[in-house]
This record gives sequence, structure tokens and C-alpha cells, in this order.
Amino acid sequence: MNINFTLIAQAIAFAILIWFTVKFIWPPLLGAIEKRQKEIADGLAAAQEGKASLEIAEKKSAQSVGEAKQKGAEIISQAEKRASEILEDAKSQAKEEGDRIILGAKAEIDQEVNRAKETLREQVSSLAIAGAEKILLKEIDKKAHSDMLNKLAKEL
Amino acid sequence: MEHEGTLSSPSQYIEHHLSFNTQGAEASFWTIHIDTLVMSVILGLIAMGLIWMVARKATAGVPSKAQAFVELLFDFVDDQVKNIFHGDRHAFIAPAALTVFVWVLVMNAMDFLPVDIMAAIYSFLGIHKWRSVPTSDVNTTFALALAVWFLMIYFGIKVKGLRGWLHELYTAPFGSKIWVWPFNFLFNLIEYVSKPLSHSLRLFGNMYAGEVIFLLLGLWAATGVSGLVFGAILGAGWSIFHILIVVLQAFIFMMLTVVYLAMAHEGH
Repeated sequence: MNINFTLIAQAIAFAILIWFTVKFIWPPLLGAIEKRQKEIADGLAAAQEGKASLEIAEKKSAQSVGEAKQKGAEIISQAEKRASEILEDAKSQAKEEGDRIILGAKAEIDQEVNRAKETLREQVSSLAIAGAEKILLKEIDKKAHSDMLNKLAKEL
Repeated sequence: MEHEGTLSSPSQYIEHHLSFNTQGAEASFWTIHIDTLVMSVILGLIAMGLIWMVARKATAGVPSKAQAFVELLFDFVDDQVKNIFHGDRHAFIAPAALTVFVWVLVMNAMDFLPVDIMAAIYSFLGIHKWRSVPTSDVNTTFALALAVWFLMIYFGIKVKGLRGWLHELYTAPFGSKIWVWPFNFLFNLIEYVSKPLSHSLRLFGNMYAGEVIFLLLGLWAATGVSGLVFGAILGAGWSIFHILIVVLQAFIFMMLTVVYLAMAHEGH
């Protein structure tokens, strides 16, 4: 156990080894490990982000489905309302039309009746005059009697 | 157990296994332990080279099994450093901690190689003195601890400035009154001396003791049948326990390195 020049040689070897490690071994290892750590951290962050965005998308889709359902229901109810309105309109129009036709027919009938009454009146008066003529014949002043009869006929 | 025919006594056996392959004048400072140096450099190159091959092709995508393993190691070291040092650890301290941990671990792990088989292999290759475990050479552990010590002073001056660092040398930990300055300085001196000593000797002592115990068990195994049985069983037990020591000592060495460097960054 004697100290000699070996010590200095070993120290030089040691210094060279340390220099080599500092220069060539540590940096690439550190770089690779740190890069991987960063990649893993980034990946985890991205996964978290993806999860969050998926949640948002799900919420959005659920919301739009609900909206669409609501809209559909609205449209259906509107259509039903419109249909019943149209039906109601048609009904009332038909009724009006019918009433009008009935009214027209009644007026025509009245007219016809009046006309028939007129002709009947005329015929009755002329028939009465003819009958009276035949019954009374000569005794009767034609002119005076026809005036009276005409008055009578008008009262009819 | 006899590699050269001359190792007849236990003390020779142990001495043989614990002697370095030296180059240069014996017992002079300019001696070099070839075995320590070659083993540690080869192990450092292999270990850090393998990690480098993986790091070079590191991908941020799905990692290969090798990359996952290296990342496990990376995360382990990085976590330890993060808990102790609060600053830009990626610039120097964390990679330095990784280097210390991996290098000390593989050097300690050489202790798993069975001493006698390795000695036979080395002797077959024509090498008669070769110690496989660089960390059981006090030069290695002291080199590492001293390097950390210099880094400690460097960071201390860099963070606090030369004035701040010197100021702290005299005013911490007892206060800035002028009459406690000597005590402060003495205290810091002891701290600066004891840090590298305890840092290096802890590792050296553990690995050296481990090696010696393997040698003792090897000696026992050579004494006869019962010795062989007990030596083998206890040797296996010690090997298993040694796995813990090898990893633990590498971990402790790294942690102390980080703690010392972190302390240099913090003011008292």
C-alpha cells in the first residue's frame, strides 16, 4: 500500500471518463428521457382535451335532438290546427252557400206563387165575368157590371 | 495454488496475490501499477462505452431493453443527485455521479473473479503478478477521492468566489468573531483532510478486506478435504455477501461524491 504515480494516472483517467460522460453520455439520455416525458404529458393532455370535447359534443347533440323534437311537435300541432281551421272554414262556407241557395229558391218560389196567383186572379175574374154573362146575359149593363166586377177582382 | 513452484508458504501465497505488477523504480513515487491502471482503464472504457453506445442511439419513443436498463441507471443516479443537490445538476454533478457509480461498481465487481483461477490464467499468459481489482489499490481510491476533493475546492471557489471561500474557511462554522478564526480554520482544515481520507479509505478497506478474505478461504481450501468443503461453502457465502458490498460501496462512494460537491455549492 504505497502511494505512487499510479494515483495521478488514475486521476487523469477519472477526469477523462467524467468529461466523456458529461459530454457524450448524459445529454442524449437526458434529452431522450425528457422528450419522452413531454410526449407522455402532451398525450395525456390531448386525451383529457378529447374527453372534454367529446362531452361537449354529446351535450350539443342531445340539445339539437331535443330542439328538433320540439320543432317537429310544433309543426305537427300547427298543421293540425290549420287542418281544423280549413275544415271549419269549408264547413261554414258550405253552410253559407246552402243558406244562400235555399234563400234564392224560396224567393223564386214566392215569385212563382205570386205570378200564379196573378194569373189565377185574372183567370178567375174573367171566368167569373164569363159565368155571370152567361147567367145574367142581357139584363146586365156590360160596362157597369164589368167595372164592378173588376173592382171585385182586384179585392180578391 | 502454486503458480510458480516457489509459493510454498501461506504468507508467500498472500503476498504473491497482493503484489502489484509494477513498472519503474521500486519504492519510488514514479512507480506505476500496470495492473491497476490497465484494468481500471479497460473496465472504464467497456462500461462507459456500452452506456455510450446506448445513449448515442437513445430514442424518445419506445426504448429498447438496453436503453431501458441504461435509463433505469440514469434515473437511479439522477434521483439521488436531485435529492441532495439543488442546482443545475445536469451540467456536471449528475453525469459525474453516474461515472463514479458505474466505474467504481465495475472495478469492485472484479472482486467476483476467483483469485486463483485468474492467477492461473494470467500466469498462462506469462503474467505472474496481476491484481484484478483496481479499487483494492489505494492509489485508485485515493485518485478518485482527490479528484473529488479538487472539484470540491474548485466549485467552492467558483460559487462563492475566492474571497467568499477564504472567508468561510475562517468564519464557519463557529461564527465571524475574530478570536474564533483559528478554531474555524483548524476545524475546516481537519474537515478538508478527513474528507478525502475517509472517502478513499472506506472503499479501499472494504475491497482490500474482501480480497484478503477470499485469499484466506483459498488457503483453507488447500489444507485438505474438510478445508476444501468449508472453504468452498464459505467462499460461496462470502461471494454472495460480497455482491452487496460491491454495490453498496459503489453507491456510498457516489453518494459521498455528490454530497461533497453539493456541500461545496452551499454556503454555511
